[in-house]
Amino acid sequence: MNIPQELLYTKDHEWIRIEGDTAIVGVTDFAQGELGDVVFVQLPEVGAKIEQEKAFGTIEAVKAVADVYAPLSGEVIAVNSELNDHPELMNQDPYGKGWIAKIKASKLAAEKARLLNPSAYADLTSA
Amino acid sequence: MKKTALTETHRALGAKMVEFAGYEMPIQYSSIRAEHLRVRESVGVFDVSHMGEFYVTGSEREAFVDRVTVNDVKALSLGQVQYSCMCKPHGGIVDDLLVYRFADQILLVVNGANVVKDWNWLKENLRGNVQLTDRTDEISLLAIQGRNALDVIQPLTKIPLAEIKYYWFCEGDVAGRRALISRTGYTGEDGFELYLANADAMTVWNALFDSGKRFRIEPIGLGARDSLRLEMKMCLYGNDIDETTHPLEAGLGWITKLGKGEFIGRESILRHKGAGLTRKLVGLEADGNAFPRHGYSLYRAGDSKASVGQVTSGTVSPVLNKGIAMGYVPTELAAVGSRLQMDQRGRMADMQVVKTPFYQRPY
Repeated sequence: MNIPQELLYTKDHEWIRIEGDTAIVGVTDFAQGELGDVVFVQLPEVGAKIEQEKAFGTIEAVKAVADVYAPLSGEVIAVNSELNDHPELMNQDPYGKGWIAKIKASKLAAEKARLLNPSAYADLTSA
Repeated sequence: MKKTALTETHRALGAKMVEFAGYEMPIQYSSIRAEHLRVRESVGVFDVSHMGEFYVTGSEREAFVDRVTVNDVKALSLGQVQYSCMCKPHGGIVDDLLVYRFADQILLVVNGANVVKDWNWLKENLRGNVQLTDRTDEISLLAIQGRNALDVIQPLTKIPLAEIKYYWFCEGDVAGRRALISRTGYTGEDGFELYLANADAMTVWNALFDSGKRFRIEPIGLGARDSLRLEMKMCLYGNDIDETTHPLEAGLGWITKLGKGEFIGRESILRHKGAGLTRKLVGLEADGNAFPRHGYSLYRAGDSKASVGQVTSGTVSPVLNKGIAMGYVPTELAAVGSRLQMDQRGRMADMQVVKTPFYQRPY
């Protein structure tokens, strides 16, 4: 299982790369494996205001459908529109080209505590 | 959980294993989509040893099988295979199955998930000089499916495979092991199914992969098996048919020989026919990025108040790249071109009834 050390995670299997007050979000290698081939990704809209732990996108995969939950509150400032034509990027490169959205976090300091570090996430997925 | 003779092989290949019909089975090895396309474009091998095999012997076996199944066993030639189903007296489907006629016995191949139920049903309806033997636990079943299936198997056997017609079978050696070689399958492709003793399964499996290298043969899991059969609008028991559906509304009128004489369920099916069908199992295609799934509700287009039916099977077709589904809809909405909507977790998706199968092989 690939769980990069420099990222943070949620119990809903999103990963978060924090850079200043922005955060890039995707779904983990574990999640893409459980979902199987991703067929469609319903992305949030740029400019959308999102709230921590509320659904802000949907992944339709061969074996299951899954909501993507916002790991942090804030505003969506970019989405990976490449996923519209190449949803398989989520399977092939979940921590890279398969990213979903970039968020400008509004309550980072307060909300960060709810995120999991790599070892906590590893425990969650091996349970 | 039961294992097939190849369960450990699947694990070693890195397959994702699931419980299915009481067996530990591979749902996918690499990717359901890639496996699906490999079968459509070349060839793949499935371990479907969870299927049940019942042998029927005794002088009155033909009359017995004819009475418990809807198709006409009398019309089945020696060496021929017949798709059929068994019904309850009220017409509900107990299971769908294959019927093989040998010189001295009849083989019934039933769904793995229904082995116990079917066995009890057959026992309950046993009449005359008939003996039943359940050999499910002794037999392994490998399905080799795809346009190159014949060329993969032919080097392993002296039997001239091209002479076996679709839905016929013969007995012979494959890779030096005794096999029942059946030109059947659940994918819509040309292909064969090999019934083998458990002890021979590994040898034949390995020989198939050696022989199939030049066709880039791959093992295929149950996930792709499901999407392949769905592209053909072939029914899956438990999804599209069960004891609450009868063969005519399920589109199985072509195997239901109401004129063949008495069989279990006939009177009820005749009554349904006389009264007119209230619903039909249709093929649906979705507009846009919809992903139909089992259990989603269907509505008449423009009327989202009362559901008119449900999706019984759904996926996004890897060949068509569109959402496809099977579902029961009222007869007045069953014509090709009828517009419906599907509630996709709160979002309505437009669909229409289309001609099936969704996919037709190009050779």
